[in-house]
Amino acid sequence: MVSEGSAFMKGMMLGGLFCLLLSLLESLSPGQQSSAELHHHHHIKAPSKAVLQKLPENLKLELSQKIGVYCAIMVQPKILTFWASAKDTWSKHCDKAEFYTSESAKVLEAVDLQEKDEWLRVRKALTHAYHHRGDMRWFFIARATTFAIIENLKYLLLDKDPSQPFYIGRAVKSGELEYVEYDGGIALSFEALRQLVEVFQDKQKCPEGGNALWKLSLDKELALCLKYTGVFAENGEDFQGKGLFNSKSVSALISDSRAKNPLHAIESCCSDLAITFKGMSPNQMQVLMYGVYRLRPYGHIFHDSLVFLPPEGSDND
Amino acid sequence: MSDLQKSLRIRESLLPPASDVIKRLGPGAVAASYIQLLDAAYDTVEDGDELMAKFINTLQDPGYPPLRKSHHKRKEKEGTYFHPEEAFGERNRRRDTSADELASFITGESCCESAGRGAPGEVGGHQNWKVEGSALINLSHRHLTGEDSRMADELYHKVRILCWVMTGPANLQKKARHVKATWSRHCNLVVFMSSEEDRDFPTVGLGTGEGRDQLYWKTIRAFHYVLKNHGNEADWFLKADDDTFVVVDNLRWVLANHTPEEPVYFGKRFKPYAKQGYMSGGAGYVLSKEALRRFVEGFRTKVCTHTTPVEDLALGQCLEKMGVLAGDSRDTLHRETFHPFVPEHHLTGKFSKSFWYWNYCYYPIVEGPQCCSDLAISFHYVDAELMYLLEYYTYHLRAYGYHHRYQAPLPEGMDKPPDVKKDRPVSEIAGVEAAAVVKGEEKANKTEQAGRDKQASEKNRTHNQTEVSKEKRQ
Repeated sequence: MVSEGSAFMKGMMLGGLFCLLLSLLESLSPGQQSSAELHHHHHIKAPSKAVLQKLPENLKLELSQKIGVYCAIMVQPKILTFWASAKDTWSKHCDKAEFYTSESAKVLEAVDLQEKDEWLRVRKALTHAYHHRGDMRWFFIARATTFAIIENLKYLLLDKDPSQPFYIGRAVKSGELEYVEYDGGIALSFEALRQLVEVFQDKQKCPEGGNALWKLSLDKELALCLKYTGVFAENGEDFQGKGLFNSKSVSALISDSRAKNPLHAIESCCSDLAITFKGMSPNQMQVLMYGVYRLRPYGHIFHDSLVFLPPEGSDND
Repeated sequence: MSDLQKSLRIRESLLPPASDVIKRLGPGAVAASYIQLLDAAYDTVEDGDELMAKFINTLQDPGYPPLRKSHHKRKEKEGTYFHPEEAFGERNRRRDTSADELASFITGESCCESAGRGAPGEVGGHQNWKVEGSALINLSHRHLTGEDSRMADELYHKVRILCWVMTGPANLQKKARHVKATWSRHCNLVVFMSSEEDRDFPTVGLGTGEGRDQLYWKTIRAFHYVLKNHGNEADWFLKADDDTFVVVDNLRWVLANHTPEEPVYFGKRFKPYAKQGYMSGGAGYVLSKEALRRFVEGFRTKVCTHTTPVEDLALGQCLEKMGVLAGDSRDTLHRETFHPFVPEHHLTGKFSKSFWYWNYCYYPIVEGPQCCSDLAISFHYVDAELMYLLEYYTYHLRAYGYHHRYQAPLPEGMDKPPDVKKDRPVSEIAGVEAAAVVKGEEKANKTEQAGRDKQASEKNRTHNQTEVSKEKRQ
């Protein structure tokens, strides 16, 4: 009895020490800031109407055409229906859409990364995207199970200079680390991606096995690597401060809103210019496609400062 | 009579679409098989909508649904006609609109000012309803964040729609409540119709029972009620179920090319049983004021009876007898606007070729994205969750700067509002809204006066008559 008791106590103490050790390690900041200009604000907003109205007409049009987004869409054979869905819906609005898969499969048309580990896949995909960017200056990476409205992403990024590092999405804090949730999609500027691809080579700062003693989720790993290069996560918001990137489905968000605020459920739910939703079925994505790009009430006009034309060879938008 | 002779007689007596149904059998078939096929295809007239819903929910058979009881007449009340005064005499007196009552059903919020500007983010300010009897009257048109609503405001004043929603005591909290919180806020007036009065919701008590066999009774009484109590406050009268979602602004777009003096009604058009077809009850249908007058008149003169429980068909047959035209509600690309199912089903579902829906639709069915107009007006079988979702999709979620593929033409007699001047000082979204509201109201007043001008209305009528004759030729 006594020996069992003491073994138990020893176990408890060891466990306690281990926990303490781990929490200390996590709180250790990677420090080492780059001397380049830093973005210390963590909320990033879409340009207000005032800012845009000051831009001359010809510049607005030029910008609409110039802002190019490269979409890296992550698939796997087991989510083939989502590959098909993304291909038939939102990816058509990317200036360049490239699908990346873990392994090849019949019918699935994507770059075969031949990689089972998701974090390694994301690293490979981002590296590939960087090297095949053409003249794209903005990058968006998400699983095919996320739905993105690229026009709204472009609106958010409109007045941001891609030669500055930007790492934007649904920013969440875990202890000291602020990171962008992968579920809601991750937007990176050219400069952020350039630095990221560079730090991927650094086995100390951004090892393939991960930064901590145990495996972190890939979005946290990504945030740590970027932190080493001095790039910080920022929460994408509309002018009212509503988050634009969502890691839930539209229905889930509306349900939450109805529970919290039954009188103004829709008004207090999601932004009118939301960028991403996650967790919707392929059929629901088709309905969302119709809802975003087609279904509207007649007579309500918006004098937007950008013009995006419908993509060629498509009829569900 | 030999079986062969029977078969021959059957084949000879059929007209399309019934004759198309039996074509697949070929001339040598046994008479009983023709009858079986016909009974199955034209099935129970009772539960049209319900059967369709069942088919959507179950695996679709390669053949037709099994034989069911055929259409039967109501034995009681045959020969009587409906007397509105009798039904409504004491029941639904107008209430005093005391401050307490207003507060209670505007659910806790302080009441209404016209064109209120709420906190940033709030759509169009407070909920601004006024109670009148059991009707909810919208004091000002709801605005969207950051929009130029001049055209929508003009249409709001030009095409006044009274929405009445068919509901029942058991569904007030389950279904009707969500209609009240979402799309019905865009009607000029809305009235909730139930078998029993409910002063809190509020609902009108029609003095009927509940259930499928009461639907036509409720419909008849509801229409009589709205004509009597609100005939002067609206030009068009929409009927919807408590599981129908309606985009009222798009309904205004379709109706703007017609006048309330035209005897016409619109909805999801079905073809069997009536020469010009009839409109599906669940997908919602809208009557012009003249059509409504004729409907009520039909009962007074006993031209229309109420012996069938099939609400939508009975209404269609009554209107046909009274010379009301079944209108074409499709958009300029011939895409449907009224839909008998949820968007997901129309956009992604495939109707099996032997599904009887194919035989019911007046216009050719289109599957996939072209099933539905961008300016869709209604969907049916919409549950509470989907109501809010559709409201968000329709009135909120959009793609910034997106130039829509479908550029809907302006309704007749409407001018495009001039572009916002570029050097206008705009520092806040609220400022833009206020300016637009003011401009919209100014323009709306001008248009109303112009509309009452005799010349303008006559011009419309002749134009519409040519449209009407075009319809007939089709």
